[in-house]
Amino acid sequence: MNLKMDNIFVICEIEDGKVADVSLELLTKGRSLANQLNCKLEALALGHNIKGIEEQIFPYGADVVHVGDDKRLEPFTTMPFTSIIVELFKNEKPQIALLGATTMGRDLGPRVSSALQSGLTADCTALEIGDHEDKRAKKTYKNLLYQIRPAFGGNIVATIINPDCRPQMATVREGVMKKEMFSKTHKGQLKTVDVGSILKPEDTVVKVIERHIEKNRINIKNSSIIISGGYGMGSKENFSVLYELAEVLGGEVGASRAAVDAGFAEHDRQVGQTGVTVRPKLYIACGISGQIQHTAGMEESAMVIAINNDPGAPINKIADYVLTGEVMDIIPRLIKSYKKNTK
Amino acid sequence: MGLKIIVLAKQVPDTRNVGKDAMKADGTVNRAALPAIFNPEDLNALEQALRLKDKYSGTTVTLLTMGPGRAADVIREGLFRGADDGILLTDRAFAGSDTLATSYAISCAIRKISKFDLIIAGRQAIDGDTAQVGPQVAEKLGLPQVTYGEVVYSAEKGKISMKRRLEGGVETVECPMPAVVTINSSAAPCRPRNAKLVQKYKHAQTVTERQNQAEDYIDLTNDRPYLNIPEWSVNDIESDLQMLGLSGSPTKVKQIENVVFQAKESRHVQANDQEIEELVKELIANHTIG
Repeated sequence: MNLKMDNIFVICEIEDGKVADVSLELLTKGRSLANQLNCKLEALALGHNIKGIEEQIFPYGADVVHVGDDKRLEPFTTMPFTSIIVELFKNEKPQIALLGATTMGRDLGPRVSSALQSGLTADCTALEIGDHEDKRAKKTYKNLLYQIRPAFGGNIVATIINPDCRPQMATVREGVMKKEMFSKTHKGQLKTVDVGSILKPEDTVVKVIERHIEKNRINIKNSSIIISGGYGMGSKENFSVLYELAEVLGGEVGASRAAVDAGFAEHDRQVGQTGVTVRPKLYIACGISGQIQHTAGMEESAMVIAINNDPGAPINKIADYVLTGEVMDIIPRLIKSYKKNTK
Repeated sequence: MGLKIIVLAKQVPDTRNVGKDAMKADGTVNRAALPAIFNPEDLNALEQALRLKDKYSGTTVTLLTMGPGRAADVIREGLFRGADDGILLTDRAFAGSDTLATSYAISCAIRKISKFDLIIAGRQAIDGDTAQVGPQVAEKLGLPQVTYGEVVYSAEKGKISMKRRLEGGVETVECPMPAVVTINSSAAPCRPRNAKLVQKYKHAQTVTERQNQAEDYIDLTNDRPYLNIPEWSVNDIESDLQMLGLSGSPTKVKQIENVVFQAKESRHVQANDQEIEELVKELIANHTIG
């Protein structure tokens, strides 16, 4: 067996010389999958002027870091990255490749998977190793990657597998996996990607003329208290009581997808599978029914309070406290009571 | 000189308005209970195409959709809003397609259309949320792609200029045509139906639909060819059958689980002042708030 093959690759995302959190989270997950499968964890970092980037990656358990440094790789455009990854994967034949479900990963992943004719599962909420028996073909597959994700607006949870094609590719959103350093002193092998020999002129036809990044416009992820509103809030105006409560408690306002789609709140506030995953100390769900696509993004909150006029709302089943009634009536009373007791 | 634009659109179940009867007792999705709609971001894509049509005279907008026969609704909806024509790609051979097999079938249909400057699609469909078909179609056709688009500023002198909306920021990019572009929901909403166009196209149908109709309308297309919605089957496109449907799909669904919540010991708090006050005091006491 060629030892080079069958490893796990994490495509790292780099911004301003820093490896993105989502990539470190995937390295953490990749490390544990590699241990389970008894294979190596490899990482790929592409960019410009990123000398020494491997030092940020090795502590998360990478055995090999491939670095490609070239001015055509910054800022990110799809095609040069695709060409390099496709070339690398043809040689290295990884069994699993993971990318962040960021605008970069969700742009790049499908193009790579199409070029390699390998399957890609978007926005996974869990990755596990397991076997599969194809009864019709009478074939058993060992150690496949179970790519688990809610689908159909969150009404079902699907386990997706790629029995025959490699690599098994998956994207995962930031915050879904836990970031944990493997060892501060861990060192692996550094390999240089020969970017010049891979890239062709047609890879660089898309030009980024201007880039205007507004950092952390709204960042609910780091807030320890989140007050979220759902479609049941009824209107954008009614969200104002949530902002008021958030301000009083020192928290942030989140929203369900239905509320965002209805225009009640900005997309950056969306909690759930297609939004952000949060783990606050306190999560107050107001007028949220609690579809899995939402709860997937908040179920690890330390404490959940559900306020809903539907006593049968699914959210109540994962809530520590359930208040059944009108949000617009209960929130002002919470605010009043809080103010009174903290004077 | 005008542009030739293809808009990719999908008919999807409206997963945003899932009612109580959306799930059957056995835990499977009750598709019949969900209304079928024009995928929201594909409407944003259509609007960008129509704006280019307004800007560059002689531009035509062709809708391409893949799905069952009833997906012809998507074509009609597009015609009502200003598209010039549309094609329904429909065949049992496409059943069970994952995103890759879907992209392959669509790319084969686009090759058959052959002449185009721009392909515009919604970023993702609300039934799967994968955002994969746009980039995969681009790769299959060997075209550059620009995803997460918000505005197509211009499409002239062989290139497009457009704005992308990314995580907390924007990017202006230029890309040579032909190209594949995907559009976000943050883009301008689609214009409403135009009453004159509704009048003009309300009897637009596929051959299959006409065959199931009373004879009154059958001959309409003889003198009004624009009322015919072309229906392409696998025999109308050049494709490798192995790359279509289930056999062309590297990903398989191993298991589908209906969502069951782990019941947790929850405490019910009455929505009266006294109990709310007790709750607040408790939260302050255990340092959750305050």
